[in-house]
Amino acid sequence: MAQPLPNQEKARYVLEVKDLSIFYGDFRAVTSVNVPVHRHMITAIIGPSGCGKSTLLRAFNRMNELVIGTSIEGEVLFEGENLFDPAVDPVEVRYRIGMVFQKPNPFPKSIYENIAWGARIHGYKGNMDELVESCLRQAALWDEVKDILKQSGLAISGGQQQRLCIARALAVQPEVILMDEPASALDPIATLKIEELMQELKKNYTIVIVTHNMQQAARASDYTAMMMLSANGERSGTVIEFDQTNRIFTNPRDKRTEDYVTGRFG
Amino acid sequence: MLRKTFENEIQQVKDDVLVLGSMVEQAILGSVEALKKRDIKASEKIFEEDKEINKKRFDIENKLMVLIATQQPMAHDLRLLASCMEIISELERMGDYAKGIANINIRMGDAPLLKPLIDVPRMANKGVDMLHRALTAFINEDVETAKSIPVEDDEVDALYNQVYRELMTFVIADPKTIERANWLLWVAHNLERFADRVTNICERTIFIATGEMTEIKSTDDEFWRQQQQKK
Repeated sequence: MAQPLPNQEKARYVLEVKDLSIFYGDFRAVTSVNVPVHRHMITAIIGPSGCGKSTLLRAFNRMNELVIGTSIEGEVLFEGENLFDPAVDPVEVRYRIGMVFQKPNPFPKSIYENIAWGARIHGYKGNMDELVESCLRQAALWDEVKDILKQSGLAISGGQQQRLCIARALAVQPEVILMDEPASALDPIATLKIEELMQELKKNYTIVIVTHNMQQAARASDYTAMMMLSANGERSGTVIEFDQTNRIFTNPRDKRTEDYVTGRFG
Repeated sequence: MLRKTFENEIQQVKDDVLVLGSMVEQAILGSVEALKKRDIKASEKIFEEDKEINKKRFDIENKLMVLIATQQPMAHDLRLLASCMEIISELERMGDYAKGIANINIRMGDAPLLKPLIDVPRMANKGVDMLHRALTAFINEDVETAKSIPVEDDEVDALYNQVYRELMTFVIADPKTIERANWLLWVAHNLERFADRVTNICERTIFIATGEMTEIKSTDDEFWRQQQQKK
């Protein structure tokens, strides 16, 4: 009856960060991170500015290596396979692990093309109209833009643009969506729409979100990783506590997490 | 320091809880004293002053609501404010016991006490002493003290059982004493419940300090379980 453990683990975690350190040249920006990313869950990364949250997030789809001079130690397992294995194509990684950025950045093309373009390049051969509609529906944007699909993606509001970027990420059918402060440039209503959308999306995708907004992490995520700069003067970020979000915001184990979430450090 | 305003407001709430606690302590001691002296005027005053206790509780509750809404407390702050909500509710109910005792004295009218009050004031003193130390432990978030106080509830329970047995001897000897015995039994029962509620406050203090929701085992439960087994 004994099931091999690795399979169970694989089913539970989409991503597993193992002893990961990230360097910009000689500077060690992130030190020895170990965190799992649970499947169909929302994992939030929180922590003060400059502690390496975005750097860690970008490691999840190999975006850091677009900056000259970055290197890593350790590994990030995606479905059990090391993302940094030389045999892995980083472009393929970025299709399967999509990203949404802080500022909405639609292509200067029509709403329709914003979604269709990536899918077409990726070799999508199905019915494009259906794909566009499906992605816009999943991003809770369809009803607002269905009559203006030919208009520029830049002509809609910031909140709508951000949801368009999410729809665009969905078009290549990723497994994981990374979000780097996706709502920090949005008003409270648009922010809540994104958070509601995340709850819908997690049924089909796994989400990792970096946020400065602690209430957002508390409201929207299932697991939280708390990052902070190490105290040894090296000024390198690391995950000091990882737990269920409920626990982090009601009874964290680490004093530094307590100080951060209660607003006494920052 | 970050959040100085918030910390001042938290301190203010803790002070308010202490004020409410001492109002309740005064009320319970006063209600028993008035009964002992058969001072109906004093009991009427305590009966009226229960409104002040209720008002204080609602004032604190309102402050807590505003703090939760405006400051979005997390972790320890959240546990503290949520627990204060619970503690003031306990205190308000404890105040109701004092009102109940005052009411008994008023309703007894001219009827003399069935017996001089000895154990009943002891119960009140013990209960108030426990409450006082429980609130000090709450302010200091002193887990060890908070864990030790509920054990003392046994003393109050023992006094209650003693009062009960003694009153029963009167009733058995002369059934006409039933009403007067019942009044005093009611008073003793209020004081017994008063001490039980101290345990709830101690549980909250442990929760604030550790985040662990523990139910401190009541020896009452054990007593009834043993009674059950005897049958």
